[in-house]
Amino acid sequence: MSSLQARSFTRPIGNGANHAARLDLLENYLAHHEDILRCAHLSLEWLARYAGVKQSACLAVDAESNMLVGIAAHGIAGDDIELFSWPLSDTYDPLIGALQSSRPVPFRSYRPNGHAAPTPLGRGAFTAIPLGLRGGNVGGRDDLAPGLLLLRAPAITADINWLVMVLGQKIDQVRGRGSLAEEARKLRRERTLFFTIINAVTDPIMLTDTEGRLIVANARAEKLFAASEEESEGRRRAVELNNMLFSAALSRSAVEGNPEARELLLVDPSDGSDLLFEVLSTAVEDPREGTGIVSVLRNITDLRRATEQIEENYQKLRVAEAAVRAERDRLNLIIDSVADPIIVTDATGATVMMNSPAEDLFTVVAGATESASRTVQANDAHFSSFISGLLLGETGPGEIRRGEIGLMNPSSGEPIPVEAIAGKVLTETGELTAVVTILHDRREALERARLYEQLKAASDELQARVQAATAELATQNELLRRQAIELEQASRLKSQFLANMSHEFRTPLNAILGYTHMLLQGVAGDLLPAVKRQLQRIDSNGRHLMTIINEILDITRIEAGKMPMQLSEFNLNELVPEVMTELDPVISRSKLTVAPRLWPQLPTVYSDRQKVKQIIVNLLSNALKFTHEGGIQITVGYSPAERTASVAVADTGIGISPENHEKIFEDFRQVDDSPSRQYGGTGLGLAICRRLATALGGRITLESTMGVGSTFTLAIPVETEQ
Amino acid sequence: MYAEYLQFSGFRVAEARNGNEAVAQAFSLRPDLILMDLSLPGMDGWEATRVLKADERTKHIPVVALTGHALAGASEGARKAGCDSFVTKPCLPDDLVVEVRRMLDTVKKA
Repeated sequence: MSSLQARSFTRPIGNGANHAARLDLLENYLAHHEDILRCAHLSLEWLARYAGVKQSACLAVDAESNMLVGIAAHGIAGDDIELFSWPLSDTYDPLIGALQSSRPVPFRSYRPNGHAAPTPLGRGAFTAIPLGLRGGNVGGRDDLAPGLLLLRAPAITADINWLVMVLGQKIDQVRGRGSLAEEARKLRRERTLFFTIINAVTDPIMLTDTEGRLIVANARAEKLFAASEEESEGRRRAVELNNMLFSAALSRSAVEGNPEARELLLVDPSDGSDLLFEVLSTAVEDPREGTGIVSVLRNITDLRRATEQIEENYQKLRVAEAAVRAERDRLNLIIDSVADPIIVTDATGATVMMNSPAEDLFTVVAGATESASRTVQANDAHFSSFISGLLLGETGPGEIRRGEIGLMNPSSGEPIPVEAIAGKVLTETGELTAVVTILHDRREALERARLYEQLKAASDELQARVQAATAELATQNELLRRQAIELEQASRLKSQFLANMSHEFRTPLNAILGYTHMLLQGVAGDLLPAVKRQLQRIDSNGRHLMTIINEILDITRIEAGKMPMQLSEFNLNELVPEVMTELDPVISRSKLTVAPRLWPQLPTVYSDRQKVKQIIVNLLSNALKFTHEGGIQITVGYSPAERTASVAVADTGIGISPENHEKIFEDFRQVDDSPSRQYGGTGLGLAICRRLATALGGRITLESTMGVGSTFTLAIPVETEQ
Repeated sequence: MYAEYLQFSGFRVAEARNGNEAVAQAFSLRPDLILMDLSLPGMDGWEATRVLKADERTKHIPVVALTGHALAGASEGARKAGCDSFVTKPCLPDDLVVEVRRMLDTVKKA
């Protein structure tokens, strides 16, 4: 309020003007102004400036309210003079008493009863002068003075008296024209109201000049923009900064000519925190005060914070919504990607959602044929009856209902047997919210079952066939086994028979040969040459028969595996001459040269002497039989590497063609099989020789050239294994 | 036939019709060599040979077995019974004489 008072008098008054001129000037001014308050103010300032009165106040009587009220003050700290008022009825009050005085009253602000009385000048002595007195007039007066001038001054000068008179006249004059009390009270009330209102507003409100200097401000604004000398350095700085910021904002707004609200960031002088304001500035034109700017600052710090919070929350919401949407999209994707139709229905059975395989079955596509639509309706009916069965049925939570439904493919009309699996979705309170149904295509399962049955049938048939075949095979095997046994028995019987027959043949033949031999030896006396010759024929043919029988016996023995082996150590070098001796009669008859070639230091052989001898005899006999001229060489050999001993019989006979080299070792074979063959013999000799050699662990080999001769070689291991 | 030819060849020959007779004759005659047909009636050749070889009076006399059983094991059985030699029937008289001479030579050398 001090600022308002400080700026309330703007008219310059020169220092050098003379006293009378000054008085005239004031009087003139007062005379031309109708506003008592302003006149009072002007008067007090004049007193301060020219009469040396530092502290003064002016009170006036408000006849309407019967109150003495303050209208102006100067040099008084503290309470607003205009809020001062006192009832005129309190005649004991010194101030009220002073109104009736006709001269200045020294004043001590005590009531007559000794209590301190409220005064606008505070404690301490001062002088109360009733207005309207002309200097030094001490005559009594019958009415109350229009007001009081309270002042602290060393003395009541003529100037003071003059002013009291002029001001009293002015008040009387104004009162005469209108009600001073009415006007002043109204004004005061308005002012009071005005300040009460603007102080009650939580937003800072200010009136400034165009440069931003403060003219009026409410309490809030003062906190931001005003600081007295006593306040802290920090607070003053903050206030200074705020003033700067505000001025800058105002000038910006003036430059841009933009009356719209703008934001202004200020500093809270009490704690230094940032405060964000929205500034609404409006220029006001006042004829007396010039152009001012009314600014309303709205604290939007919290608003901004709240806005940011809301923004943040909104972003969060957006994110959450996006997440939910993504989740839902994913779920949809999953549901759609399931090949089996999935249908979600609500508690009434109405379809809430279905995936695309389900849509194929239960929705009519635009442009679908009539039959397709009918199929969809039929499908829908089947499904609805299934669902209503579920809804009506007593299915507990988590329970699954299964059922088979015969659906059809709307596009192809192909029947689709499905297994419907439905589950209820319940809320926490057990209320049914939805039913989820999955339709499982059973065609594949049915097809698989059918294929399985076919496979099983085929498998069974195959098994039966295999069993039959196995049985047949077993029968055949049994038959074969029996046949094999029979064959073996037959073979054994044959061999036994042949062995027995040979034995039976030999016994009488033995007698024939024995007696023939004895006759030839002259047991019965000398014989006629013709008889002797005939006996020799008998002997010769008998021996041949004996050989044949022996050979057959050998073969049958070998075949029956009953050829006895008698192993012993012997020397081939000794065996060869022995054989030659045995065959000497034949050799002599053949007129061939038989030359043995032995192997010196030949190791002894461990084998069956009799069998080896039999082989060599046979080979030499053959050589003698098939050689007509030349010679026969018997060569004994030894191979240390193979540990085999050998006897080779080489002749200069007819030879054997290569194709017959193997044939001659077969049973009952000669090169010439014809009935008209030239050479005798059973053809068993070489067959027996080969079998014997094999039985001894050896072998017989043949080298031969037709017409040149043949070489048969017997090779046997030095040691025969039993 | 063999007895006849052996006599022709210069041997003294006594014949027995069965095993018991053979044993009795061997004890009384004490021959240089006994030709034993293994398949005799009554006491067979093997049994007779075992008896002879068990007796101090006859155990030094060589026994040549004559058999028609040319199968493996026959000769082995004969040797076990105590036969010194083994000739398979049928056998030519000449061959038998050769074997008898060889056995007698062996005994003389010993």
